[in-house]
Amino acid sequence: MEIIMAIAAGILTMCAVYLILSKSILRIIIGTGLLSHAAHLLVMTMGGLKTGAAPVLEDGVTKYTDPLPQALVLTAIVISFGVTAFFLVLAYRAYQELGTDNIEEMKGTDTND
Amino acid sequence: MINLPLLPILIPLLTGVLLMFFTKRLWMQRIVSFLSTLLTIGVSLYLVSQVKANGILTVTLGSWPAPFGITLVSDMLSALLVLTTSVLVFFVIWYSMTYLSEQHQRFYYYIAVQFLLVGVNGAFTTGDIFNMFVFFEVFLISSYVLIVLGGKPAQLRESLKYLLVNVISSALFVMTVAFLYGIIGTLNMADISQKISEINQPGILSVIAILFLVVFGLKGAIFPLYFWLPGSYQVPPTPVLALFGALLTKVGVYGILRTYSLFFSNEIGIIHSLLGGLALATIIIGVIGALATKDAKQILIYNIIVAVGVILYGVSVMTRQSLEGAVFYLLHDMLIKAALFLLVGIMIGIAGSSRLKSMGGMIKAYPLLGWTYFIAALSLAGIPPFSGFIGKLLIVRGGIEAGDLVGPFIVLASSLLVLYSVMQIFIRGFWGTPKTYTGSRRHLVKQLLAPSILLVMITVAYGVGAEAVRPFITQAVDPLVDPSLYIQAVLKEG
Repeated sequence: MEIIMAIAAGILTMCAVYLILSKSILRIIIGTGLLSHAAHLLVMTMGGLKTGAAPVLEDGVTKYTDPLPQALVLTAIVISFGVTAFFLVLAYRAYQELGTDNIEEMKGTDTND
Repeated sequence: MINLPLLPILIPLLTGVLLMFFTKRLWMQRIVSFLSTLLTIGVSLYLVSQVKANGILTVTLGSWPAPFGITLVSDMLSALLVLTTSVLVFFVIWYSMTYLSEQHQRFYYYIAVQFLLVGVNGAFTTGDIFNMFVFFEVFLISSYVLIVLGGKPAQLRESLKYLLVNVISSALFVMTVAFLYGIIGTLNMADISQKISEINQPGILSVIAILFLVVFGLKGAIFPLYFWLPGSYQVPPTPVLALFGALLTKVGVYGILRTYSLFFSNEIGIIHSLLGGLALATIIIGVIGALATKDAKQILIYNIIVAVGVILYGVSVMTRQSLEGAVFYLLHDMLIKAALFLLVGIMIGIAGSSRLKSMGGMIKAYPLLGWTYFIAALSLAGIPPFSGFIGKLLIVRGGIEAGDLVGPFIVLASSLLVLYSVMQIFIRGFWGTPKTYTGSRRHLVKQLLAPSILLVMITVAYGVGAEAVRPFITQAVDPLVDPSLYIQAVLKEG
């Protein structure tokens, strides 16, 4: 099971890199979403995917699911959700101001303050 | 006070929440954030004195014993960094009150600055690697707000790239933590440090070390990963830039310093020489950038990159002397970079543009500004009585002690070129025939000078009083040289 999950995380990363390398901002944002999903999946996989009793500290339980990766992923999901929302709003504002969603046309070094 | 290490995080957090209740009343916002940062400075000073007296302080949240719960650890290094951060944020808030337009300040500016302080102080204090990721996100999200505030087309364009780079590096950070958890099975930094030597898996450990280098290197802008910095840092107004340049890159440097001294201290082989090589390349690329540009802001921005290289070279050598130099230079650079950005901000405010072409002859109308800048520039380059000198001296001596000659030579040569690059601003800005200035903040120079001069005076005191500072630096370096001090403080007291 762990191997399948690791491969899934790899495929997600691959798709994310492909999308991030494209020119349209919307595709890039979807790519970052996929990348964070891959990272979360990796955290889950690295904790081990045992099925068994509830993760409570009790004597005599030998087969239990590690609760820590789930807590970590929960935190990381909240953060990546917030950042993605901000990213989408920023992309929309940038589209309004700059009139393009093509990252190629966003070069420039004009100075201002 | 058992919970003392928590206070520099909690005070700005509560202030930030409090400020959200009266976003319309600008005066209240200013007064409250001014006073609360003063309080943070006071608490950090007390924290430093307590750490000096009692050694490393730890707080375990929820009273879970150390390897299970989240631990906050204040050793001397993090206490000094927290103090410096609080001082800088105080001066930048003072400066922003007159520098930024009222409209700019109304858009939750002070709230974002307070949360930035929460994140940076938290990242310096935490003793848990995943918690460090969370605090990184806290200050990164605040920095996204600060960089985009104003909404000019150039700002939107550059913040998109800044955001993308940081989102990718955050995802890499989570992956690194996942790998680390997969092989070690713990997240507490002291616990990892203890167990990492027992697990004999040098292959995967090298992968993790390099992933950490990439993650923190993206934040700290080391050689191949600095590409986003000059563009992104050009667009926000100068006080925000002072915060970014002084704090955000230094958190990345702190991450490398902490992880490389705690986790990978046994492998002084290929990874440390890789770090050293990248640090030297960072110095060279930063100097080239600083010499090539004719823009006052850009010169200083490239100098951030140079400083990161110098500090990381000291870290990579990993002797006691070079680490002392690195810590000394780290604190020096945070103070002096912020001071220089504030001073150049005044020049931009007078001239109306950051291009050196539009400045000239300012020494006649603004002598005080000119000479303060001169002292700050000498201090940055490391002319003897000032603070940059001692840090560099220790780094160079440590490098020679370790049998390296190329590194110390590059560090020394870079100081001359750095001096030349910042003197360009002095020569072109303050000498020559005065121009007619059209900047919108010409009348505010007096108010803006007060915080800037005070900050420069602090950096001068830091250099002249180096003898008094030295015991603190030595205590800060102790757990870096000997991780078992850190491990014992965290795990035994639990």
